[in-house]
Amino acid sequence: MVGAGPAGIAAAVSAAECGRSVALLDENSAPGGQIWRGFEVGQHVDHKKGKGSRLPQEWFVRLRLSSVEVIRNCRVFGGGTPDQLLTEVDGQAAEFYGRSIVLATGARERFLPFPGWTLPNVLGAGGLQALVQGCLPIAGKRVVVAGSGPLLLAVAAHLTAQKAKVSMIMEQAATQRVTTFGAALALHPGKLAHAILYRWQTRGIPYRTSAWPLRVNGEEKLESVTYLHAGRQHTIACDYLACGFHLVPNNELASLLGCEIAADTGAVRIDDSQRTTVPHVYCAGETAGIGGLELALIEGQIAGFAAAGFPDRTQSLKAEHARQRRFAVRLEAAFAIRPEIRSIAEAETIVCRCEDVRRKQLEGHTSWRAAKLLTRCGMGACQGRICGAACRFLFNWNPDSQRLPVQPVSIAALMGLSKNPMQAGTIPPAEV
Amino acid sequence: MHEIVLVEIDGKPVAVQAGSTVASALLAAGIPARRSISGEARAPLCGMGVCYECRVEINGIPQKRGCMVLCHASMKVRTQ
Ligand SMILES: Cc1cc2nc3c(=O)[nH]c(=O)nc-3n(C[C@H](O)[C@H](O)[C@H](O)COP(=O)(O)OP(=O)(O)OC[C@H]3O[C@@H](n4cnc5c(N)ncnc54)[C@H](O)[C@@H]3O)c2cc1C
Ligand code: FES
Repeated sequence: MVGAGPAGIAAAVSAAECGRSVALLDENSAPGGQIWRGFEVGQHVDHKKGKGSRLPQEWFVRLRLSSVEVIRNCRVFGGGTPDQLLTEVDGQAAEFYGRSIVLATGARERFLPFPGWTLPNVLGAGGLQALVQGCLPIAGKRVVVAGSGPLLLAVAAHLTAQKAKVSMIMEQAATQRVTTFGAALALHPGKLAHAILYRWQTRGIPYRTSAWPLRVNGEEKLESVTYLHAGRQHTIACDYLACGFHLVPNNELASLLGCEIAADTGAVRIDDSQRTTVPHVYCAGETAGIGGLELALIEGQIAGFAAAGFPDRTQSLKAEHARQRRFAVRLEAAFAIRPEIRSIAEAETIVCRCEDVRRKQLEGHTSWRAAKLLTRCGMGACQGRICGAACRFLFNWNPDSQRLPVQPVSIAALMGLSKNPMQAGTIPPAEV
Repeated sequence: MHEIVLVEIDGKPVAVQAGSTVASALLAAGIPARRSISGEARAPLCGMGVCYECRVEINGIPQKRGCMVLCHASMKVRTQ
């Protein structure tokens, strides 16, 4: 199982409870993924009361009591033969072999470029939350939360609970879309309860729809952000801008293993047993489509049972699965990024932060591949993880096929593999 | 009260809360993690190991993502 977020944990526990021997690989030092980050070491502050806080507890207990072997600091950078995963664990190469592979690599924020977005103290919304979970002192700091998606409200609530002064939440989606989405939450009482709780925790903080940042002002560091709301420009001073435009699936490893990816959403294609288009490779959670925690847990269980060879155990989960999938479709529609946002990146705005490639250098190219070759856009350390999604939105460029390694890996680790794939000519020299 | 650990960033001692990631420590201290190829100061963006904006040298090993590493007492961090 790759990825120890909710989906990976649920998959691993389910397969282990069927008697299979399971290794759960994650590049972090502890399991939990995005939403349960730091739970194991007790830093996870659960601001959701009631049912929400019991949920991670339950899964972590089941994980501890299970026979699942959790492999920490384990970065999966590729696969060789169909049953093999190539990884780097603490700088050393390690190969894992499995009769089935479950990919639960989650999602990342979509970052869109605008003038000043490369200045220090401009972060993702989930990005700032993750740093605060990593003990960044935030009490008393002025924060503007911006971008798109339900994550904004969750992050604002979390930061407020940590005594940050969140001065505004800016959602790019139009009021009507957000309201329609809100009304549909009535079909998901658990999610509605969370939304109400988050809004209660952030009461007094203006929530602006049809609003987005135009530029960040400051020399060596962010000082204020100028934004557009209902057609008018305003400027607001702050210490941090936490800005992410909803999420995109981490599909690179799946794509490398040959799994088909949906061109419109970037989600890995799956059937109703979470099987990808590659035999014995399953996918669950945000990698198979952005749908939130509940969907990730259900998909994880289905994938775990199916991968363990007990597909009949998934029957009881199917109805809830279908319901959560419908929610995912609504989510996608409500927080689609409006086309006007394409124009906030100016000619001089850096699009690729690794190679400092500006928008004007990218204009006129016809494909991601051509732009990469001629400008080095997407060729830096992040391997296009950030600018790839931006270019897809700005220019409609589809991602390239993936090549080994999907994560930067040290040459030393590559040399340690039993059959050196570099010598076999499949791996280009690593970036790092 | 939080437990404090002392780390060294570019030769200077910096006190951080135990459990801090290197990226959080850098951001809290207002120290950019790296300079971009055109010379811009850069600091953490994603907090989750994706963007590589937080990469620094940690105990002599270059190109480590600061958001994926916890601070330990007497850890030596060099910005790049
Ligand atoms: C930054 C961020 C913050 C979020 N905050 C919230 C929130 O506050 N509230 C909320 O309701 N939802 C939040 N979400 C949405 C949240 O992701 C989902 O609800 C849920 O965590 C999805 O679970 P998952 O198991 O699919 O993926 P994740 O939780 O993302 O887990 C995927 C795991 O796979 C690991 N991984 C990925 N690739 C590799 C690889 N190649 N090798 C090794 N390990 C790998 C990752 O490090 C991660 O630990 C957030 C999402 C993001 C991106
Ligand atoms: S902050 Fe993005 S990789 Fe560390």
